[in-house]
Amino acid sequence: MMDAKGKVIKYGNNVDTDVIIPARYLNTQDHKELASHCMEDIDKEFVNKVNPGDIMVAGENFGCGSSREHAPIAIKASGISCVIASTFARIFYRNAINIGLPILECPEASAKIEEGDEISIDFNSGTIENHTKNETYKALPFPEFIQNIIAEGGLLNSIKNK
Amino acid sequence: MGMTMTQKILAAHAGLDSVVAGQLINAKLDMVLANDITGPVSINEFEGAGFDKVFDKSRISLVMDHFAPNKDIKSAEQCKKCRTFAKRFDIDNFYDVGEMGIEHALLPEKGLVCAGEAIIGADSHTCTYGALGAFSTGVGSTDLAAGIATGQAWFKVPSAIRFNLTGKLNKYVSGKDVILHIIGMIGVDGALYRSMEFTGPGVASLTMDDRLCICNMAIEAGGKNGIFHVDDITKEYMKGRVNRDYKVFEADADAEYDEVYDIDLGTIKSTVSFPHLPENTRTIDDVGEVEIDQVVIGSCTNGRISDMKAAADILKGKHVAKGLRAIIIPATQQVYKESIAKGYIDTFIDAGCIVSTPTCGPCLGGHMGILASGERCVATTNRNFVGRMGDTESEVYLASPEVAAASAIAGKICGPERS
Repeated sequence: MMDAKGKVIKYGNNVDTDVIIPARYLNTQDHKELASHCMEDIDKEFVNKVNPGDIMVAGENFGCGSSREHAPIAIKASGISCVIASTFARIFYRNAINIGLPILECPEASAKIEEGDEISIDFNSGTIENHTKNETYKALPFPEFIQNIIAEGGLLNSIKNK
Repeated sequence: MGMTMTQKILAAHAGLDSVVAGQLINAKLDMVLANDITGPVSINEFEGAGFDKVFDKSRISLVMDHFAPNKDIKSAEQCKKCRTFAKRFDIDNFYDVGEMGIEHALLPEKGLVCAGEAIIGADSHTCTYGALGAFSTGVGSTDLAAGIATGQAWFKVPSAIRFNLTGKLNKYVSGKDVILHIIGMIGVDGALYRSMEFTGPGVASLTMDDRLCICNMAIEAGGKNGIFHVDDITKEYMKGRVNRDYKVFEADADAEYDEVYDIDLGTIKSTVSFPHLPENTRTIDDVGEVEIDQVVIGSCTNGRISDMKAAADILKGKHVAKGLRAIIIPATQQVYKESIAKGYIDTFIDAGCIVSTPTCGPCLGGHMGILASGERCVATTNRNFVGRMGDTESEVYLASPEVAAASAIAGKICGPERS
């Protein structure tokens, strides 16, 4: 997996899939169109301020609510290179892995990183470096089973390759 | 070490004698489900990966319920994509306008899901079928595409929270109040990654519609699945609907639970979730003065026949408050027909409500009752997130059909005793 480096855009706890991509836009599957409405209902400025490679950091239960895969798709297509949260809702967690949006669970990083911090991530070791604050955090690594899905290019490829 | 109900079903579907919490398994699926929102994404994934066979055309359900009858051209294209796919693979359980209902009311009603089965659906409220003693959980479109192709899915075996129910619900209190009470108690991530197993002597006093409603909202506590033990009421419900052998699984006596909650159903009051999280619950005694603009009674949570009855009993001979819009949505054609036969629809229309064809519609802010800024709605739906039913400045209050109907008459949130 490619390492990530970018500026942080930060949100709080229980960011739900309805605010990540409101249902009124679920009449399309177009990734760019979905990205153009990403986070619209809690942060109208998101689409203007996000730059390719930026990293989203949030609190507990990120991605709670609906099973819509449009949510991680919208985040990924908006240019976000990784989402770090204290915890993820389980369907969002699976969906992110399945569509190739890197995510990391790290309560310490979630608590200490602030909006605008420059951070970089080494996915192999799960190390998160905060260049703005000169701090280092350690995320929980993916189980081997999930690492294999990612290494094979997502769930469907891993099934086809069997 | 003993296994929970969920663990036993998962072990059986993985071909294993036993499993433990945290174990990663591959399980065979009895039913896979998608709708007109998630189906098209699954179909893109399925076709993009080059699959040209489905695992079993009788074990796939496609239900056109979210933005159907089509609310706009784009929605029509999404249904068309599902329709074309269903035709190509001769999918047995493709439900289009005229036959469709809201998926989680429709599948149990048609006997397409039953006790002991393992089910995934590309819709988070797929956890509803745990009411029948099944393992059932929501997934995304890619997992669903893999399910359509292979009939299998990977799972991390969950640990569980046990809810030991005793006593009996009071008048005007129903399944919705039970689950809102529980979500208020444990929070929107209180059951994250875990099973919620409902058991105990109090279960016998809950109808199937109560149980379906309770399991429906397990996801609102972050739960992987909700599940009830199977009893005579479950078996009676499945009789005449399910024409195949089914297996009843019971938790081992020494099964381990992360937590056990004892809940006396007789102590639960009508409960309302205030904006903007289902965990923001208050009992009806503490709601204060909240004036409302709209009431929605329906959805996969509360669009079943007993919900229609509960609302009709309260609205009979009354009229909704001046200026209030009351929208009633029977969840399936069967519920609609039965509501006509029993006179509920007449009651609703005489009371100044409108009655819609089955659709998820306003629950997720799709159509049929979108809110303007500053408007408030009491809804029997399942989520009250920011912008869920319309403008980001609108508010959704989650409640039972009893509270929703009483509030429609009063024009403000109130309990049925006061209507």
